[in-house]
Amino acid sequence: MTDPIPSPAAGEIRAGAPLLEIRAVSKRFAAATVLNGVSLDVAAGEFLTILGESGSGKTTLLRLIAGFEQPDSGEIWMQQERLDALPPYRRRVNTVFQHYALFPHLSVEENVAYGLRVRGVAREETGTRVAQALAMVKMTDWARAAPAKLSGGQQQRVALARALVNRPLLLLLDEPLSALDANLRREMQTELKALQRDVGITFVFVTHDQDEAMALSDRIALVRAGELEQVAAPREIYLRPATSYTARFVGRTNLLRAELADGIARAGSLAFPFPAPSGPALLSLRPEQIRVCSAGPTSPDSVRFRAAVIQQSFAGASELIEAQLPDGQRLEIRLPAQQPLPRECEFEFSAGDAVRVRDSGAR
Amino acid sequence: MAARPRSRWLAAVSAAVFAFLYLPIAVLVVYSFNREGVGGFPPGPLVLDWYRVLLGDSPLWDSVLNSLLVALAAVVISLALGLPAALALDRVAFPGKEAFRRLVLLPLVLPGIITGLSLLMLRVLAGIGAELWTVMLGHGTALMSVATTELFAGLQKMDRAQEEASLDLGANYWQTFWRVTLPNLRLPLVAAALLIFTLSMDEIAVTFFLIGRENTLPLEIWGRLRRGMTPEINAVSAVLFFASVALILLWYRLRTRGAAELETPLG
Amino acid sequence: MYSRAYKAAVAVPPILWVALFLLLPYALMLAHSFWSVESGVIVHHWSLRNYVTLLRTSVYAEVLFRSAAIALGVTVLSVLLAFPLAYYLSFRAGLRKEVLYQLVIVPLWVSYLVRGYAWKTILGTEGVLNGFLRYLHLTGQPVEFFLYSPFAVVLTLTHIYTPFVFLPIYASMEHISRPLLDASADLGASPRVTFWRVILPLSVPGLTAGATFAFVLSFGDFLAPLLVGGPSGLMISNIVQNLFGAAYQWPLGAAISICMLALVVALLAAAERFERGFRH
Repeated sequence: MTDPIPSPAAGEIRAGAPLLEIRAVSKRFAAATVLNGVSLDVAAGEFLTILGESGSGKTTLLRLIAGFEQPDSGEIWMQQERLDALPPYRRRVNTVFQHYALFPHLSVEENVAYGLRVRGVAREETGTRVAQALAMVKMTDWARAAPAKLSGGQQQRVALARALVNRPLLLLLDEPLSALDANLRREMQTELKALQRDVGITFVFVTHDQDEAMALSDRIALVRAGELEQVAAPREIYLRPATSYTARFVGRTNLLRAELADGIARAGSLAFPFPAPSGPALLSLRPEQIRVCSAGPTSPDSVRFRAAVIQQSFAGASELIEAQLPDGQRLEIRLPAQQPLPRECEFEFSAGDAVRVRDSGAR
Repeated sequence: MAARPRSRWLAAVSAAVFAFLYLPIAVLVVYSFNREGVGGFPPGPLVLDWYRVLLGDSPLWDSVLNSLLVALAAVVISLALGLPAALALDRVAFPGKEAFRRLVLLPLVLPGIITGLSLLMLRVLAGIGAELWTVMLGHGTALMSVATTELFAGLQKMDRAQEEASLDLGANYWQTFWRVTLPNLRLPLVAAALLIFTLSMDEIAVTFFLIGRENTLPLEIWGRLRRGMTPEINAVSAVLFFASVALILLWYRLRTRGAAELETPLG
Repeated sequence: MYSRAYKAAVAVPPILWVALFLLLPYALMLAHSFWSVESGVIVHHWSLRNYVTLLRTSVYAEVLFRSAAIALGVTVLSVLLAFPLAYYLSFRAGLRKEVLYQLVIVPLWVSYLVRGYAWKTILGTEGVLNGFLRYLHLTGQPVEFFLYSPFAVVLTLTHIYTPFVFLPIYASMEHISRPLLDASADLGASPRVTFWRVILPLSVPGLTAGATFAFVLSFGDFLAPLLVGGPSGLMISNIVQNLFGAAYQWPLGAAISICMLALVVALLAAAERFERGFRH
């Protein structure tokens, strides 16, 4: 199958060098610092998600790349060119807006053709490219329709086509799926991921939904209060969170306050080998990493403890257990769906699963 | 419900108010057909004579032409100024913004005589005679705030992201203005134009002091009133009434349609 | 998001125009009020003479007072007529609300002259009203004071400004969220109590706005007195008009205008402050 939207010509992207370089960018609105010296590289062809709560600065970062805001300090470079010196209409960057921002006075195909028309692309070429773009998002039948007649999911596809038809070097997506209902959202996630693979254009995706981020991204940049908390692939961020905030924001976790001495970690009544310098430490242990004790030999790594089952919630494929140890610690445990547990149970986890995290504290 | 008897009384009062508002105009229209002239009761035989006189009254029609010219010019000037003013109020922070906003609104709330006399002083200072185009400038200035208000409301309702999308897609500010901003303002523009046109056609206070030899319609009528009342003036008034009604109802329809269109959720 | 060039292109032209065609003229008016006339020519001799003359001459105070009284009468009457109408439309009219609303705004935009003239034909000694009264044998002689009196001016201006006052009151009432009334009833208030404690207070902003405009515009009106006022119905704007006309007393006229302007601005500011204070 021929590629319906050719990626930017091979010569345009220098292999190896990052496509986009954000260098120590800061932005203030009135007295509040929304972004504080953020530096981030985006590789060509990757799907990068900027993940964060509302107010974390993630949307502002996107708007800086798009050109709707100017950084107060720092620079943004794209392919050895100062990007932040250019107005939005001269950047080879296109945006898919959160509420689509389709032009209500233009039809679907006029919307998609807009970027080509304003730059004076020949009528014939415009027609071909628009048709290709609509075919790619499966909206060919709706070419003449008015945007007001479309559902949310359909409008989103048109917004995508409108952006991609211009063959940008970088596509920005501002929480494009947040207005869709859960099922449609999952569907669109799959489509988006496939689309990015086919087209090969670099995507920078903004969301507050960590499941979405993990499902879609090659890398996740977690933003917190205007600073980057951690930038890594989903698997890395989930299994090896750098800070307590990351551990709590992406997935659920138990944070154990432990004291390390001579390679042993002691957290309340729990004690297990943990090779690390002595001193206080915060350890993250995911609920699904704790199991009910199995009959049979224990591995040297295994840490066992007895706990009272305070609460057990059924969640379809799994159970969420709240357990309390005799020393007072409470742990969250996720088990495969099963019958209600007895009031007291023996649990175990592998010491190697515990991850040391930096204490984020309050910022 | 205890409110029922009150509702009936309230409806009666409301009907009385409507009667008060419309009866004089009804009388006016009826007596434009009265052969015996203005006044007296009951009205005599009804004839179309006065309308025939009206049709043949060329000085009156000259003044109608003048009024139309002035009104059209007023629409153009008001919109040409009101649109950037609305954009500025919506998007630009500049020193004295609040003062500017109030100053623009001032001609609407001040008694017209003050604005009219002030503009007269300006004209005298500039050494310009009482030409019709000075009346056009006066109307345009006085009615600018109507345009500003309508267009400002339209801008507030508009989705700002559309302009961002346009810039994002490669259109510069000028192209964005023509291709996205203006089409979104279509309804407020027409509504404002209608309103300004109607207000200009009826404008007396400011015109009174700027006018020279070429009269606008209201001032022509005014001049004749000083000389005495004839049912021909009733006839003119009746025609004016029905024309205004048509225009205002059209304006109202446009306005409510605009609001309804914007309320239709996109998907 | 907007470039500096865009912002300048959008803000500068209207500011310049307003400065030239509004600020400058009003400033000229102010300047004239400090000048004087000598031998039929305006002399740029700065003094407070005109204002002193205003304070000293009783006739100006009289007419000013009369104008204020007329304006007050118009305002009160307009409110008395507009308020029940707005209430009826907003709360009782149901499906007919839209149509009735259009019926109210139509007279508002019909020519001022038309409406003033209509009253002239009705109120005169040979007019429709007198004819009607005589037809019913209620009066023998035509009643004089209907026309060319302050009464006629008040009546005409009330007719003109009642829809004007209606609009903001109606808007305020429409803004009252209906669940509030349900809540009031739920808490034990009878419809009358709900009216006094919920509807009326929430209508005050619209009432203030409408009443202020009606007062201000009636106060400065010069057409209605000329149409139906006669000598006894003369208002302050007519005096200004005469001073600017044959009398060629521009500086004195300007002084009165400035006083009117100051009064109007003060009233508007007071109304705004009242409204703001009332809301909290």
